[in-house]
Amino acid sequence: MTAMKTAMFPLQLSGIGFAPSGTTILQDINLTIAEGSCTVILGPNGAGKSVLMRIMHGLLAPGSGRVEWGSLEERPLSQAMLFQRPVMLRRSVLSNVAYGLHVQGIPIPEAKRRALAALESVGLQHLADRPARVLSGGEQQRVALARAAALQPRILFLDEPTASLDPGAARAIESGIAALHAAGITIVMVTHHLGQARRLARDIVFLAAGRIQECTPAHDFFRQPQSQAAADFLKEELP
Amino acid sequence: MDTFTASLDAALALLLHADAHLYGIVSLSLRVSCLAVLLAALFALPLGALLAVAQFPGRRTLTVLVNGFMGLPAVVVGLIVYLSLSRAGPLGELGLLFTPSAMSLAQAVLVAPLLAALTRQIVEDAWFEYADQLHSLGVSPRQAALTLLWDTRWSLSTVLLAGFGRAISEVGAVMIVGGNIDGVTRVMTTAIALETSKGDLPLAMGLGIILVALVLLLNALAQAIRSWAARSAQ
Ligand SMILES: Nc1ncnc2c1ncn2[C@@H]1O[C@H](COP(=O)(O)OP(=O)(O)O)[C@@H](O)[C@H]1O
Ligand SMILES: [Mg+2]
Repeated sequence: MTAMKTAMFPLQLSGIGFAPSGTTILQDINLTIAEGSCTVILGPNGAGKSVLMRIMHGLLAPGSGRVEWGSLEERPLSQAMLFQRPVMLRRSVLSNVAYGLHVQGIPIPEAKRRALAALESVGLQHLADRPARVLSGGEQQRVALARAAALQPRILFLDEPTASLDPGAARAIESGIAALHAAGITIVMVTHHLGQARRLARDIVFLAAGRIQECTPAHDFFRQPQSQAAADFLKEELP
Repeated sequence: MDTFTASLDAALALLLHADAHLYGIVSLSLRVSCLAVLLAALFALPLGALLAVAQFPGRRTLTVLVNGFMGLPAVVVGLIVYLSLSRAGPLGELGLLFTPSAMSLAQAVLVAPLLAALTRQIVEDAWFEYADQLHSLGVSPRQAALTLLWDTRWSLSTVLLAGFGRAISEVGAVMIVGGNIDGVTRVMTTAIALETSKGDLPLAMGLGIILVALVLLLNALAQAIRSWAARSAQ
């Protein structure tokens, strides 16, 4: 069990390129994600952040290069992802959260029990029986976070999870992410919110024009980025 | 014009007095077409969902075929089912020809492509929204198909209503495989065709009124389901 536990890290990307139909979206991406880290990917619109994250999570096959999970042969199951727009199934909130557990073979009563605990952790247990799609965007994203957390993943990918939320809802999601990281879950996140990046990130990956411009500890990045592109980006972005 | 009003009066009288002969025909029609839609759905819904989510060789060809078969003429379906069920045919031993079961089978064959094609469209639209999330959760194509069938259940119920409407209003297929035997395989459409040619206009018209009312009701029901599902975000 301990051997299994350590086997999936580090997540290592080597020489990743993605150029469907000739246009280069990503090239020469080399990146290592260590267990327990919290990496925030920053970069301008269209830089390829979402594509990179989808490749890491296994939703998209890279054109070249390798995605390797520690010493595993295959993509591990214990990972989850949050999208900018939460996808709510046409079912109750509780069923949405239990769904991910159920498809992994956990019997329904056990799945529901764990789902309810996950909903409590995001403060939404009172909405358990509501149809998920009538919830507000912020509540839906919290349900999505609970659905991800219920899977007890060892790594969580988040692609601009708060981009379409109001500040209050964004804070709720942010503290949820911080709690999951504190519980030992490795975090890889894209955000446009520099304040959020400052508060959460241990490492910053700065991506522009499909290339990693720099990969710097967050503290140093915000004081003194190493690349000109990142310096310009920090000047232009709102805090 | 006079025959028209006279027939209409007689037809309304039949309807109002719950004429046993007339309602026997209506009830057989409903049973035959309900069973037909159920049979077709068992096969067509999973097929439509798999065409939407699974990747397998021949998927595009199958999709084109299913879409094309939506427009199959009912008489041709009747002929094919007749040949299959006739004594020398592959299903001849079942002895189903000229029974209500044969009629259900023929209507099922007729509406299955319609159900499959509409299901594929609806499930594909939902899949477009769900694909990343379901892949992220590690869902297999079979699980995805089941999930999407359940999540589009309200849209799919309107598809079933559309299939029922097509089944109950077709005449060619049931005429051929049922034989329009009075009291055994005579349904609304075949009765209308026969009674009209025989000149028994009141019965034909009474059945016509019921058929039209039924089709209108099905559409109203489908509309109601759609707006309810949209309102309650189901
Ligand atoms: N699956 C895909 N196949 C081909 N091109 C894609 C795909 N997804 C995104 N792209 C393109 O890649 C570029 C980078 O997109 P994206 O990663 O979404 O940028 P961002 O950094 O804003 O998240 C865009 O030009 C987009 O059109
Ligand atoms: Mg993006």
